[in-house]
Amino acid sequence: MRKAMRPEGFSRGRLLALCRKEFFQIIRDPGSVLIAFVIPLILMVVYGYGINFDSGALRVGIVLEDAGPQARRLAYAFSASGFIEARVSDRRAELDELMQAGKLRGLVVIPADFSRRLAGGEKISLQVIADGSEPNTANFVHGYVQGVLRVWRENLARDLGIEPRNLFNINVNCWFNRDMVSRNFIMPGAITIIITVVGAILTSLVIAREWERGTMEALLSTQVTRAEFLLSKLIPYYFLGMFALVVCLFFSVAVFQVPFRGSVIVLFGLSTLFMANTLGMGLLISTIMRNQFNAAQVALVSAFLPSIMLSGFVFEIDSMPLAVRAITYVIPARYYVSAMHTLFLAGNVSFVLLSNAAFLLATGALFIGLAALKTKIGLE
Amino acid sequence: MSALNQPGVERAIVLDRLEKSFAGEFSPALLPLSMVIRPGGVTGLVGPDGAGKTTLMRILAGLLEPSGGRVSVAGLDPLTRKAGLRAILGYMPQRFGLYEDLTVQQNLDLYASLRAVEGQERQEAFRRLLRFTGLTSFTGRLAGKLSGGMKQKLGLACSLLGHPQVLLLDEPGVGVDPISRRELWGMVHELAGEGLLILWSTSYLDEAEQCREVLLLNQGRLLYSGEPRALSRSMEGRCFLLRSRAGNKRALPQKALSMPQVSDCVIQGDHLRLILRRDASGASGADTLEALGFSPGDMLPATPRFEDAFIDLLGGVPARRPVLANLMARPVSGDTAPVIEAVSLTKAFGNFTAADHVDFAVRRGEIFGLLGPNGAGKSTTFKMMCGLLRPSSGKALVLGMDLQKHPAGVRERIGYMAQKFSLYGGLSVMQNLIFFSGVYGLSGREQAARVDEMIETFGLKPLLGQQTELLPLGFKQRLALACALMHRPDILFLDEPTSGVDPLTRREFWMHINGMVEKGVTVMVTTHFMDEAEYCDRIGLVYQGRIIAAGPPDTLKERAGTTSRPCPGMEDAFIRLVEEYDEKSDAA
Repeated sequence: MRKAMRPEGFSRGRLLALCRKEFFQIIRDPGSVLIAFVIPLILMVVYGYGINFDSGALRVGIVLEDAGPQARRLAYAFSASGFIEARVSDRRAELDELMQAGKLRGLVVIPADFSRRLAGGEKISLQVIADGSEPNTANFVHGYVQGVLRVWRENLARDLGIEPRNLFNINVNCWFNRDMVSRNFIMPGAITIIITVVGAILTSLVIAREWERGTMEALLSTQVTRAEFLLSKLIPYYFLGMFALVVCLFFSVAVFQVPFRGSVIVLFGLSTLFMANTLGMGLLISTIMRNQFNAAQVALVSAFLPSIMLSGFVFEIDSMPLAVRAITYVIPARYYVSAMHTLFLAGNVSFVLLSNAAFLLATGALFIGLAALKTKIGLE
Repeated sequence: MSALNQPGVERAIVLDRLEKSFAGEFSPALLPLSMVIRPGGVTGLVGPDGAGKTTLMRILAGLLEPSGGRVSVAGLDPLTRKAGLRAILGYMPQRFGLYEDLTVQQNLDLYASLRAVEGQERQEAFRRLLRFTGLTSFTGRLAGKLSGGMKQKLGLACSLLGHPQVLLLDEPGVGVDPISRRELWGMVHELAGEGLLILWSTSYLDEAEQCREVLLLNQGRLLYSGEPRALSRSMEGRCFLLRSRAGNKRALPQKALSMPQVSDCVIQGDHLRLILRRDASGASGADTLEALGFSPGDMLPATPRFEDAFIDLLGGVPARRPVLANLMARPVSGDTAPVIEAVSLTKAFGNFTAADHVDFAVRRGEIFGLLGPNGAGKSTTFKMMCGLLRPSSGKALVLGMDLQKHPAGVRERIGYMAQKFSLYGGLSVMQNLIFFSGVYGLSGREQAARVDEMIETFGLKPLLGQQTELLPLGFKQRLALACALMHRPDILFLDEPTSGVDPLTRREFWMHINGMVEKGVTVMVTTHFMDEAEYCDRIGLVYQGRIIAAGPPDTLKERAGTTSRPCPGMEDAFIRLVEEYDEKSDAA
């Protein structure tokens, strides 16, 4: 009866034993490594260089510095294109302002010597400026402008009865992200995905697996308490996520040479908060599902896809319809992506980081609280 | 006076009108149950699947809340005194509850820490338990790579850490070969001798005879509690073996069961096992013999078995006519060429040989069984025979043809019933019937007629709209058989067809099979269930990928007989033959 007298309570020894067990399981399961590292790296590449699904017309400003008929015809060609919503003006400053306000995605400058050079058969330098904060948008501006120019050139050649030839030197400039290195945007976003995968998907699988294989029933018959059990799942996967973060950080900065302008301590602090969110989701899902297949499906749809699509990682939140934009406010990844972009590309902008941290804290508390509430130490 | 107030309950398990029902299920899992289970011996919780054994175990372990009544385990209420209870409780769930991706030692370490066994005490406990379970030289092995028997021994070792007073073992004998099962029983008896309270649940009725006391459950109802021998003794003088002379042994059980004085009649090798009802006098025994065409000299008294008593408690086997067989009638061709044949059949997975030069041949109208523990290679062999797995070498022939090469012509003559019944749980009974008849190429009026036949034959009419998943096991089995027979095959492959099913359903199942075999259907069956082997004409004992002995069940039993035990049961025969084989291979 000696042990029966011991009061029910938290035991560090039990927690440690459970964590150790979890660690052995992680290193022995090639699936964990695959889910935590390999799949995110693949996704990084796919989403980073993939397609923009934005099918609407691109707003482009046309700076008309030459008033000659051919220059006007070119400006008209831009307006007539179905892919471009052109705003033509002869005052550059006005269009620059619109561009900075995010109302235009690109600028095309038709230079003052356009008509002269065209008549003299010289090459014309055409300046194209794209909004580099969205790598895909910048690619689109460039691509569409080239398409319009090609059509215009061919029409001109036909009218004049000559062979079309290359008339332009196109200078592409990107504002805001001068080198237009899309990796600079993708890497911080990819870290978000990796932490979501480790936190939500992997965690939801491991608890569901305990139910499926019957090990949960054996654990429940011991003195393990709810707090010990939850912590034994939170702690090892927290470290796994942090380890993945360090690997990503290393690759981003050392290999892909993405700038990191913020503080590492702040990065880990924010990542811890975000990790708490995804772990909470994972725990909640697996506690309700108790089946690996269903848990994976739910984690995919409720945690992973929103992290990609609604976080601002792939699609700009500002260009989403209002209803969808409203949903993004409850997606923790949204705050983390914003914070990561700030930390990597801008530095410690305390206003942005603090507000993101506050939101992450709130959603994290919500998910972990729900998970704790739903975790019952019993079979029903 | 309530059972909870009796003296001595502080070390016992006391149930006081305990009941349990689950939301959404049409019958309660446990009907009100009152009793006292005392320490110092093994108490058996015996009954077929769905009897309520696991539900009771889980309530005792504090994992389920009873719907009514009270429970006390060693003086503690499992619900309100969880922590206290868990400190004195060892619980082994039905499924292997340990981590397969951890080693034996890591599992022990985990459970030692969870049960706060530390320091000097810990190392001593490991030494003692490893020696006790014979796992000392396997500490570095992954638990998932242990044999079924070793897994259960490890489970037992983990549940023994921290000196529990109460040990709840939920079906520890499942998936364990007969030799390991015997060893497990030895261990448990030793523990009981040290004063532990041990509850061992099982669906194998023969295990009941090992227990000091049994609780016999069926569909949530307690049929009997007390000494198993007392129950078997009540059957004395009513159990007989009849030596069948003519080749009509398959038809006799039906004939016998139609007599009011017969409680049970099953095929047991070359014999018929005949059980008379309690009220049947000696004279009616002789009448029975005469009516069945036997003379008194053909009748030998038999030792009563627990299963005989179980059937008798349920009121005997109801007489039913095997109408199915009439539907399945096919002309029996006179040829004696083998219908199913394995020629030096071998399957290797990496450097592990699951089936090693297996040879056998099954003739028309014969039941051939592959008998062996889990992991012996019978499923591998079986899958190769039905063309589901490609052999590494050798041939698997059905009607002289290789299923891998000419599947189409042969497959439509094969009926296959898998262990897990391969029904669609989400579909209704009717939808399953229509689906499977469609898969076998039936359509239109013919399809409707066949489906109706099956509904009629298996009495499925009241269940047609039910979701299959929610059916009791016995009905699932009937439905699975109906689906497998829809295209009237004349060769049947049955994989563990009656494991876990209650004895009455098992008898009904074999009645159908026997009826069809009479009409010339050929059956191949795998089983780890010794009783099921008795229904076969011939069996092959599978052990370590080989057939180590083959022949009629009675011949194998005779081969294993010793002067001290001239007439062993199938399990004794199995153990004896395996030991012989091991001795021979050790010598070689």
